[in-house]
Amino acid sequence: MSQDLTHRAVIKKALGAYEIKRDENRSKYLNWQEARQAASEIKWEAVNHLDHYLLEMTKNLEARGTKVFWASNAEEARQYVISLAVEKKVKSIIKSKTMTSEEIHLNGALEKLGYDVVESDLGEYIVQLNEEPPYHLVFPAMHLTRGQIKEIFKRKLGSDTSDLPEELTMVARNIMRQKYLTADMGISGANFGIAETGMISITENEGNARLTTSFPKIHVSLMGIEKVIPKLGDLAILLPLLATAGAGQQITCYNTMIGGPRQPGECDGPEEFHLVLIDNRRTELLADAEQRDALHCIRCGACLNVCPIFKNSGGHSYGTTYQGPIGSVITPHLRGLQDWKHLSSASSLCGSCTEVCPVKIDIHHHLLHNRRNAATQMPVWWERIAFKGFSIATANPALFQLGIKIARVFQPLHFLVKGTLFDPVRAWTQTRDLPNIPAKSFRQQWKSKQ
Amino acid sequence: MNIHLYVPCFVDQLYPKAAMAMVEILEKLGHTVEFEEKIACCGQPAFNSGYWEEARTVAARTVEGLESAEVVVIGSGSCGAMLHKFYPELFKETPLAEKANALANKTYEFTDFLVRKLGVTDLGAKFPHKITYHDGCHGLRELGIKSQPRQLLEKVQGLTLVEMKEAESCCGFGGTFSAKFPLVSSAMGDGKCASALETEAEYIVSADSSCLMQIQGLLTRQQKPIQTIHIAEVLVSR
Repeated sequence: MSQDLTHRAVIKKALGAYEIKRDENRSKYLNWQEARQAASEIKWEAVNHLDHYLLEMTKNLEARGTKVFWASNAEEARQYVISLAVEKKVKSIIKSKTMTSEEIHLNGALEKLGYDVVESDLGEYIVQLNEEPPYHLVFPAMHLTRGQIKEIFKRKLGSDTSDLPEELTMVARNIMRQKYLTADMGISGANFGIAETGMISITENEGNARLTTSFPKIHVSLMGIEKVIPKLGDLAILLPLLATAGAGQQITCYNTMIGGPRQPGECDGPEEFHLVLIDNRRTELLADAEQRDALHCIRCGACLNVCPIFKNSGGHSYGTTYQGPIGSVITPHLRGLQDWKHLSSASSLCGSCTEVCPVKIDIHHHLLHNRRNAATQMPVWWERIAFKGFSIATANPALFQLGIKIARVFQPLHFLVKGTLFDPVRAWTQTRDLPNIPAKSFRQQWKSKQ
Repeated sequence: MNIHLYVPCFVDQLYPKAAMAMVEILEKLGHTVEFEEKIACCGQPAFNSGYWEEARTVAARTVEGLESAEVVVIGSGSCGAMLHKFYPELFKETPLAEKANALANKTYEFTDFLVRKLGVTDLGAKFPHKITYHDGCHGLRELGIKSQPRQLLEKVQGLTLVEMKEAESCCGFGGTFSAKFPLVSSAMGDGKCASALETEAEYIVSADSSCLMQIQGLLTRQQKPIQTIHIAEVLVSR
């Protein structure tokens, strides 16, 4: 328990600073709600005409020499990158932050084949060294204190510094700079794909993505198909919104647009640019009209930052690439409802996520929809019996009265689920007291009042 | 006005004082209060757990039982959200769709009804205590209730409202969630209680008895020097 409390305190502290900056920068908008609405409309247009905008984007990218690969699943995406690395005799790979790469488990596959793969985002680098998955889709190492990071660096890199952020950063920087020079492949993600101009847009704060995408001879970008937007001008609203919602910033330090490999006459940039467009069951979510708006997600992480479940149980407890409320919504679609439906139950449905989502995804209601789909497609036998009993008891006043009489003797509501794992009383009384049951219910008092 | 008071199942059984207080307030304002004894529950436990078919069976009784009601007042933001917001979705494309929509449109949460529908804020109450207010999530985010209870509390003689930092944070109840994930649920409640204690208030007031059951359950177990009370009970205090 004490371990838990320390962990919670670390997360609370990390988010405390974010909350202040987020509120400060949100207040600079003339109308934050209008901005959310505008962003949501841009994403709605894109997601509902995905076929059109993806083709427009790839046509424009290919015209400047980009090689586009359409991966229908994780395996195809991994194989493409691996084959490319083999073909081009790649030895060393540097990466900038990409959750899509986590989704397709690219690092493990590459390392297994003997490639040296290094994450260049500082947070990602730290969790890579610590051999654990990212804790948060925007702040991968938010659960680690400076002291713990110092220890990780000491253990893995043999460094001997204090826990001052400046010193720790210099350790990582010295290693990273060498990696940029020696890497022959750079792998990045893409925050947005722009159909109109045929570009990908990358948002970052450390400058590592610029180096990753321009130093090595080959640049590979991994992008989920839902990341395409219609126009370059759409970034005028999406970039600041992403920065404010995601990191509490007015705008992130570096925003890069990449439209292809190095063009004739240009003095820098990679010789080859490959864009891997990943479906990986996103089209199944697209086919679900009710939850299609979950594809609006710009991976800002705002919903994680306000989620009481995330704050109290932590990012690793989800066991998913995408943590928090949005992860609980989309993971059952991307990886199967049966195995991931429990995430949708792990919510008090408080709605904080939906309230902050900058692209207005109806997040917490989709958790309800997932629960409904799970109960319809594969009901849990004892739950179904419990709720059948519940519906019979509460729909029939005489039976309900009888139930209440029994409940009064034993425990309130216990009669619904007594003796099952679903027993609320057992779960309740572990940490909480039950209220004293009054002698007379409202019903009885009402009757005697009449 | 002829008002149908909808008393949620757990309020009926565990917190009758809150419901009786609502009756007293509404009658004192000159309205006739009715209570439909045939209705036991709004169906939310089944609905929130995904068992919509079972939820519909329960909810149908509410929809039909309140068909002739002029206006329905409900003493819980959570059950209020169920009737007002989720019934239309639950009964979409079913024979009861129209009736469910009609019910949704005439259903009000208690504080919302007093302030917005009746335009009343001063009920002549006296409650000489320092309190802090907990915004129940369903009332706050599904129904948009924020200022209504505060307008009512402002007029209570002797009452001092000290807002807590985490007023809008979830108490961790979440219906079946509190039983399915008891430790996460309790951790959330602990955060709420700690924030309330910081205000040094004597009472945590809310319009949702289910939240108060969660909060009081933790407070009693941990023997904390603060109590919970439903807003209706504050508003009938003299």
